[in-house]
Amino acid sequence: MSIIVEEIAKQIGKELPHLEAGLTYFENPSPSEQHSILVESDNLVEVMTYLRDTSGLEFDFLSNVSGVDWPEGEVAEKITIEKSEGESEEGAEDKEQEEKKPAGGFLEVVYHLYSMARKEGPLVLRARTKDRGVNNAVASVTPVYRSAEFQEREAFDLFGIDFTGHPDLRRILMWDEFEDSPMRKDYVNPDDYEYEPTPHADTLKRAEAHYPQSEAEQVESKDEQAESTD
Amino acid sequence: MAIDDKLAEDLKTQGVHVTSFESLINWGRSSSLWPLQFGLACCAIEMIAATMAKYDMARFGAEVFRPSPRQADLMLVAGTVTKKMAPQVVRLYNQMAEPKYVIAMGACAISGGPFKDGYNVLKGIDRYIPVDVFIPGCPPRPEALLEGLINLQGIIKKEKLIGKDRARHADPEGYADLPVPEYGAHDLEPPMNPNVWNAPDSNPKGKGDEA
Repeated sequence: MSIIVEEIAKQIGKELPHLEAGLTYFENPSPSEQHSILVESDNLVEVMTYLRDTSGLEFDFLSNVSGVDWPEGEVAEKITIEKSEGESEEGAEDKEQEEKKPAGGFLEVVYHLYSMARKEGPLVLRARTKDRGVNNAVASVTPVYRSAEFQEREAFDLFGIDFTGHPDLRRILMWDEFEDSPMRKDYVNPDDYEYEPTPHADTLKRAEAHYPQSEAEQVESKDEQAESTD
Repeated sequence: MAIDDKLAEDLKTQGVHVTSFESLINWGRSSSLWPLQFGLACCAIEMIAATMAKYDMARFGAEVFRPSPRQADLMLVAGTVTKKMAPQVVRLYNQMAEPKYVIAMGACAISGGPFKDGYNVLKGIDRYIPVDVFIPGCPPRPEALLEGLINLQGIIKKEKLIGKDRARHADPEGYADLPVPEYGAHDLEPPMNPNVWNAPDSNPKGKGDEA
């Protein structure tokens, strides 16, 4: 038997009515069907405590805390327009239109909860920061699940998510003096590139910066070769 | 002046062994290398295998792994050197007494290996400390490590103790301590030791012309 995320979301909303407005159910259309619940950061501790302590739910194990970076951008959504009956046979397939919507501009934390007692899971919860700059805080769930402590430190280290209420929020993988958030999409690698005989893709771009003349010539000659083989 | 090789061979047939002080010392050094006991990643497992009964590194006089850099004269950099670990590796090297030798074992220790594009991996330990033997492989088999060790012994046996091109440890002008890199805001500072390593020149066009 598997858990039905939508029903759990409804149950939380019913039992904790003051939190209902902050809950959003996300359906995952992919075959994995890992549906999730988006929780307001302020309600996170309360929701987690409820999920852990309520009999019938008993999500006693927080397996995973991961960070996701959603940079500001546009997301193209496909909207299917069903064909009207009067159209000819050529338009048999439903028309698909792409609509661009502004999206992102925040950091997300994804929690995977399991119930050891009921041998079920995972229940996927998500929480978002207000933006990727100053308002990068999410409530820490370490008071509820001790296993979150190191994983939140990792998300803090690599994504720069500030977990309010964390007992010991320090970098865990990189050194303390490090200032960047290396798993963010806009992170720029340190320029410690070394020449290699067959640079390609990103490596080639960086190689060009280091060896502007010779590398540019090499690219030219490669293009010439490609043309000659054509 | 070393002894005439031919004369030494002739004397050997008569049961007289002649050698020089230099080759005696170098023979002793090369035959009792004491490696520093530390491993950084999966290469360390192969290094351990090389010391165990099946490959038995003791046959070549390098079985006494020392847990203290003060007692070791061979540093086997076995594994990925992360930027967080690099200052500690350099510090260990500084703490070893001369003469000291370094074997970079595996693709990661040589160049960063499969993690070369990573922000957190040092692209070769030779950026900070002088490496005598590079052993490629991911990880190298124990036989490859033994081969590297034998190569290092060959290098030690050829070392000059006096004269212009003498070995570093016999040269009072040879450097004492290498600068330990510091943790910077974005990268290690400095990103390399220019006295030890410099980015290789690249001239792919010229190479192509030759071919």
